[in-house]
Formats: sequence, C-alpha cells, structure tokens
Amino acid sequence: MTATQTKTAGQTTPTEQISGSEIVIRALLAEGVETVFGYPGGAIMPIYDALFDYQEQLHHVLVRHEQGGIHAAQGFARVSGKTGVVFATSGPGATNLVTGLADAMIDSTPLVCITGQVFAHLLGTDAFQEVDVINITTPVTKWNFQVTDASEIAPALAKAFFIAKSGRPGPVVVDITKNAQIQETDFAGYEPCKFLRSYRPKPIVRTEYIREAADLINAAKRPFVLFGQGVILGNAEREFQDFIEKGGFPAAWTLLGLSALPTEHPLNVGMLGMHGNYGPNVLTNECDVLIAVGMRFDDRVTGRLDRYARQAKVVHLDIDPSEIDKNVKADVPVWGDCKETLPLLTALLEPKTHPEWLQRFREHDLEEATQVIFDELHPAENRELTMGEVLRYLNELTDGEAIVVTDVGQHQMVASRYAKFRQTRSNVTSGGAGTMGFALPAAIGAKFGAPDRTVVAIAGDGGFQMTMQELGVIQQEGTAVKIMILNNRFLGMVRQWQELFLNRRYSFTDIVSPDFVKVAEAYGIRGAQVSERSNLKNAIQTMLETPGPYLLEVLVGKENNVFPMVPQGCGVGEIRLR
Amino acid sequence: MKEEFTITAYTENQVGLLTRLSAMFSRRKINIESLNTSPSEATDIFRFTIVIRETEEVVRKLVRQVEKQVEVLKVYFNTDTEIVWQEVALYKVPTDVIAEKVKVERLLREHGARAVVIRKDYTVFEVTGHREETDNLVQVLEPFGLIEFVRSGRIAIIKASNGFHEKLREFEEENPGEETSTNLYLNQKEAVFSM
Ligand SMILES: Cc1cc2nc3c(=O)[nH]c(=O)nc-3n(C[C@H](O)[C@H](O)[C@H](O)COP(=O)(O)OP(=O)(O)OC[C@H]3O[C@@H](n4cnc5c(N)ncnc54)[C@H](O)[C@@H]3O)c2cc1C
Ligand SMILES: Cc1ncc(C[n+]2csc(CCOP(=O)(O)OP(=O)(O)O)c2C)c(N)n1
Repeated sequence: MTATQTKTAGQTTPTEQISGSEIVIRALLAEGVETVFGYPGGAIMPIYDALFDYQEQLHHVLVRHEQGGIHAAQGFARVSGKTGVVFATSGPGATNLVTGLADAMIDSTPLVCITGQVFAHLLGTDAFQEVDVINITTPVTKWNFQVTDASEIAPALAKAFFIAKSGRPGPVVVDITKNAQIQETDFAGYEPCKFLRSYRPKPIVRTEYIREAADLINAAKRPFVLFGQGVILGNAEREFQDFIEKGGFPAAWTLLGLSALPTEHPLNVGMLGMHGNYGPNVLTNECDVLIAVGMRFDDRVTGRLDRYARQAKVVHLDIDPSEIDKNVKADVPVWGDCKETLPLLTALLEPKTHPEWLQRFREHDLEEATQVIFDELHPAENRELTMGEVLRYLNELTDGEAIVVTDVGQHQMVASRYAKFRQTRSNVTSGGAGTMGFALPAAIGAKFGAPDRTVVAIAGDGGFQMTMQELGVIQQEGTAVKIMILNNRFLGMVRQWQELFLNRRYSFTDIVSPDFVKVAEAYGIRGAQVSERSNLKNAIQTMLETPGPYLLEVLVGKENNVFPMVPQGCGVGEIRLR
Repeated sequence: MKEEFTITAYTENQVGLLTRLSAMFSRRKINIESLNTSPSEATDIFRFTIVIRETEEVVRKLVRQVEKQVEVLKVYFNTDTEIVWQEVALYKVPTDVIAEKVKVERLLREHGARAVVIRKDYTVFEVTGHREETDNLVQVLEPFGLIEFVRSGRIAIIKASNGFHEKLREFEEENPGEETSTNLYLNQKEAVFSM
C-alpha cells in the first residue's frame, strides 16, 4: 500500500492504493455491517480473501445454499430493521439468489447482494460461470449495477445501501467483475450516499390531503383502519397507535402488518384477508371510511375487487405513489412516509370512541370463536392434534415475546392467526411471494438480527424439506433457533384446496418425510417428536428451555383445514366459516 | 378503451435501464409499438419515447411504476393530440424503375419523399411524417419493386411542456420544492403527473 495525498474540498485526505476487494470490505464496515451471509466461489474469491483479515469485525455466516443465504439476510433485516448483506459467486451462485430477490422485492426488504462476476474482458463470451446477472435480476431488484473497475466499487456500494434502505425498501444487486476485485486503486475513504437526483425516496407530504383526510375521518360513523408492513418499515408503530387511539378506530392487520400493534391492544380487531378473521372481512363491506396505512391491498386481502368496500370512502396512506389507486381507488391519497403523515393526521383528529361499531367486531368475534377458534385451540380429546393448540401453548410459554418465523402453507396461516405478539418486528414470513423453504434460513438470520430474543421457526413438512440443509449453519454456528415442524404428512394448503374445490382429488400432495428428529441429530441438534396431546405442552416447554437450537416435530391431524376462508374469486363478505 | 399513448421518460444515461423499462411493458404483455432513445434538451439526461396502445388506466399505473425506477427522473404520457410527432422512413427502390416511369417520380414527390442516395442500381428516399403517411408510400412503391423499407421509432414533442431544464434544476436540489412533487390529484385534469 502506498499513501499519497489528494485534495478534497480544501482539506487533504490521505488516499491509499488498495484492492477493489479491500474496498468492498471497508465499505461494508463503514455502513455498519456486522453480519454477512454468503457462499464463496471462483469469481468472488478475491473478496473472500480480503474478508479473511476482517473476521473479527465482520461476521460471515457460511450458508449451505445461496437461497438460504438470502432468506437469512431477509430474516435478519426484518427483525433488526437493518439492511441484510449477501455474498454469492457468479453463475449458479448468483442465480440461486433469484427466488430470495423476488421475495425481498415484493415484501420490500432491504438487502445488498454482492455477486462476483467473470473478468470484464470475458463478459459476453460464455465464460465459465458467466451468467447475465444484471438482466436476470432486473425485474426482481429495486436497483442493480455491474462494476467493472475498482474505482467504481465504493460509489456503487454507497448507492446500493442508500437505495436498499430508503423510501420503500428493496433488494439491490451489485455485480463485481473479478478484475475489479483484484485491481488496486486510489481509495480516499468511503463516502455514504445521501442523494440521487433521479430518485425521490419519499414523496412530499401534502397538507391539503391531510386536511381532507381528517375531515372525512372525523365525519365517519364506522371508520375502519387497515394496517400493513408500511407501519413497521416506517418505524411508525408509536405514531400508528396514537392515531387509532385518538380516533378510537378498530384496526385490522395484513399478514405483513402483524406485530406492529400488540395482539392484546383493545383496538386490534384481527387479521384481514383470505384466512383472516371474520369480523374484519365482513365489516370491510360495512364501514363508511376505510383508512389504509402502509398496506397495498394485495388480492389475498381484498378478494374480488368489485365486491370490496364499495360503500366506503377510502383514505390511503402510502409512501409509494404507484400503490395509490393500483388495486383500490383512493378518495383521499395521503402520499408520504407514514412516520410523518400519521402524526399530522392525528393532530387534526377529534378524539372519539366508537363503542357500537366496535361491538359489531366483538359480535363477529364471538361467532368465529364458537364456530372455528374454540375447536382449533381446544380440540375435543378424540381429535388429532391441531396446529392451533400448538400455537396456544407457544403463546402461553413465550408470553408473546418470541419472534415467530413461518414458512408457507396452512401452518403459516394458523400461526399468523393465533400467535400473540407484544413487540413489533416479531413476525417474519414470506407474504407476497409465498416462498416455501423460507422459514428455516430466515429464522437463522433473525436470530443473528435479534440475538437476545427467542426465535421460533414454524414450518410444514413440505417447506422444511426445501431448505433443511441450512441445519448445517445451525450446527456450525450454534445458532439457537427453535424449530417446530407441524407435520401433517401432506402439502396441506394445496390439499385443502383439492379437498374443497377439486373433489378431494389429492394429486401429488401426500408427501413422505425423513425422520426429522434423526436428521436434526445428524447435525448435532437436539430434538423430539410429539404426537400426544398430553405431552404437547411439555414438549414445547423442553424445546424452549433447552439451551441452544432444538427441533420439535409435532404430528398434527392429516386433514385439518384452515378456516375462515374467502374462496378465490369471492368477495370478502362471502367468507366461509366452514 | 385502448388508444395510442406516447410515453416520454427523462432518465439518467445508464446501461441496463432499457431492459428495466422494457421489462415493465413485457411483464404486462404490452407490445411496444415504437421505442426511441435520444439525448434530451437537458445535458446528460436521456429521453425515451415509447408508444403503446392501451387504456388510460393501464398507462397511468404503468407510468407511475416506470417513474418509480431509481434512474428515471420523470415520465409523461400523452395522447396523439397533445404532441407533435414524427417518424422517419427510408425506402430503397431500383433506380431504373424511377428513371423510366415518370409516374413514380410524381408519386414520390406527392408523398414528400426526398432522395438521400442516388446510385445506378438503387435510390434511397426518405419521408418524415406520421405513421399513415410513411405506410402509404410503402403501398405505393410495392408495385414498383420496393427493395427495402425501414421506419424509425416515433419522436415526439409535448405541446404543453416547457422543457426539462427547470425541472432538472429542481431535481438537483437536495430538498426539492413542492413543485417537483406535483401531485396527480392536485391537477387531475392534466395528463401529466409526477412525484
Ligand atoms: C399462503 C398465503 C396466504 C396469505 N393469506 C393472506 C391473508 O389471508 N391476509 C393477508 O393479509 N395476507 C395474506 N397473505 C400475504 C399477502 O400475499 C401479502 O403479502 C400481504 O397481504 C401484504 O401485506 P402488506 O400490504 O401489509 O405489506 P407489503 O406488501 O409489504 O406492502 C407494504 C405497503 O406499505 C407501503 N410502505 C412501505 N413503507 C412505508 C412507509 N414508511 N410509510 C407508508 N407506507 C409505506 C408500501 O409502499 C406498500 O404499499 C398470504 C400469503 C400467503 C403466502
Ligand atoms: C417454492 C414453492 N413451491 C410451491 C408452492 C405452493 N404451495 C403453497 S402452500 C404449499 C403446501 C405447503 O405444505 P407444507 O409445507 O407441508 O405446509 P402445510 O400447508 O401442510 O402447513 C404449496 C406446495 C409454494 N408456495 N412455494
């Protein structure tokens, strides 16, 4: 390394000659990154070589598959609110990230993925492990960029971190050719990026709309608030709670808004959508003003749009102008970060309560409790174990303090419906993409993101087998993740649809599984299987109390269904209780 | 009802942006009828001109998503009456045919064609105009042995636009004034919106 001096802005900054790889590591440290999930390979070896000297400052978690790496980074980001960082090599290493990128894109998770690429002079020659990563990842990234010269690395990474985290967050890919990693260049320190002229992370808040929204809301007789992940992404949980408390609004959550408001909050009326609660779905079609906060009216939430809240005036608070009117027409669009817009709106609210309107929710709750919930949580002695009772014990034993990471399927819906939360950023699941195999690696990442909290992964027998090789990470790192496999010997969610809509033609949904406890054991992870109700609570308690990682397989009923359900193609008012 | 819209996007000059933008159309199975990239009136700012046939609602939503892309500064969409637009077409015809047949020369003149290259074996004519005009001449020339035909993408000037210089200055301010963030709902009658 040779030190020279350059002049910047009147003062001298020492520059040094360092390699592109070294710049990558220094940039990560300057961005405050402490954990990276990754997998090495030829085209990214120089970066790994540089990393070798920084192991104390930068903890690298060696995953077992790049998909596991990116899901881990997602779990990390979702619980910590920080940006997840992933390393992968060129070609297959990079393509293995694609599922996770798509998942992070639709669920707005901030990630910076650094992929190695072949030497710049080989680009386009079908070189070994050359894949056109930029074009493959374009539709599933918020931004991507290929670096071919070491001098571009620092500015590209600065942009990457800025874009990933600001505004509506999302994943970015920085593809760095091997020559750029090796090349030595002048480095005068890392300059974070705070501004790009072509990029407006947040639209400017328009006070006109705040006023208009407040007038509409103040005049409402049956106001109803829907909240989504935007509340969490905007760190606006406090502002949100103030808002609903002042107006006395019943508030229901989307799958990704879950945990933004404590489950036991008196105004929390439950879950929206296909497998959501009865009241919130039915009463969507009876409210007079619908106030959507940081949610994007996903079709799993709205069901048929022409039967969705036609009677209501809609106020939509969203940071992303392209979400306004995308699915549901807004009468008053409140563009902006809800961290800023909510307090402005709250200030104009008349303090109110809506006891009769809230009572309507209670009545529907009672109906749902008698027809669905009670049997799910307290099944008759002769019934096989239900997923609901597993969640009931988990709630009791963790007191709602755990982070729950779910996979995709019936168990995901049951866990979301019944898990209780006291803290925000406690529910991690793959919402928009519904990526099976998400839970295990995401839970591992979540544990790195929140090392002091209990992290419970809940997966089905199907999804668990999609990424179960990540048990190797737990073995190597000793990550204290608690894993619950709710095994119904079926690809349950698909089987449920086959039962309800396809005359029980169970086409390729019965799935055989290995002995999961033995698999865990092979990785040095303690575990147990439970199939008896009398042992269930103890088994969960043992899982939670055993220090370190633990795998508990629960044999639940084979053909239990998740209800309520808004069948596809129906309106929310047509929700079925059985 | 589907109609023709011309989308004008002011962007940074960035490798890969074309893919990002065109993928947004193909994802929705929207056929791009014509696409042109060029410099714009503002230094270092690129201008995409994209023509599609769609309903206004689809275009509006699409345009908002295009504008959201990191390297896109601003996007406008306009119907044909709101713009002045042109396309350039080139026609290659055998020179002997034109020389022999007076009629052909007259037809070419009627269509405003201008000879760009004249060789012994062939002549290349150029016509600038609207789609129908350039299309018409193809029909006309076909019986006379049209050898090659090519037409450029549409380029368009927005009648109501004051250009991008002022906007760019606003974009370059770290804290943009409210004007940069013109809100669709404040001027609903304008076919122009931005964030
Ligand atoms: C098997 C399965 C079943 C499902 N069933 C259901 C169901 O029954 N009910 C359900 O709700 N979901 C269900 N989902 C999930 C569903 O597909 C969506 O992922 C989910 O509804 C999206 O929630 P969201 O809109 O809150 O979050 P996101 O998709 O993350 O959207 C967040 C919104 O907030 C905005 N935003 C971000 N930051 C801010 C900010 N700072 N200020 C303001 N706005 C901001 C964003 O622009 C975006 O519009 C299911 C998924 C699966 C896989
Ligand atoms: C990668 C992927 N492939 C296929 C699907 C479709 N799918 C959704 S739920 C489901 C069944 C999940 O079964 P299991 O993991 O056993 O969980 P269960 O529904 O039984 O709780 C399937 C196959 C998906 N969501 N993701």
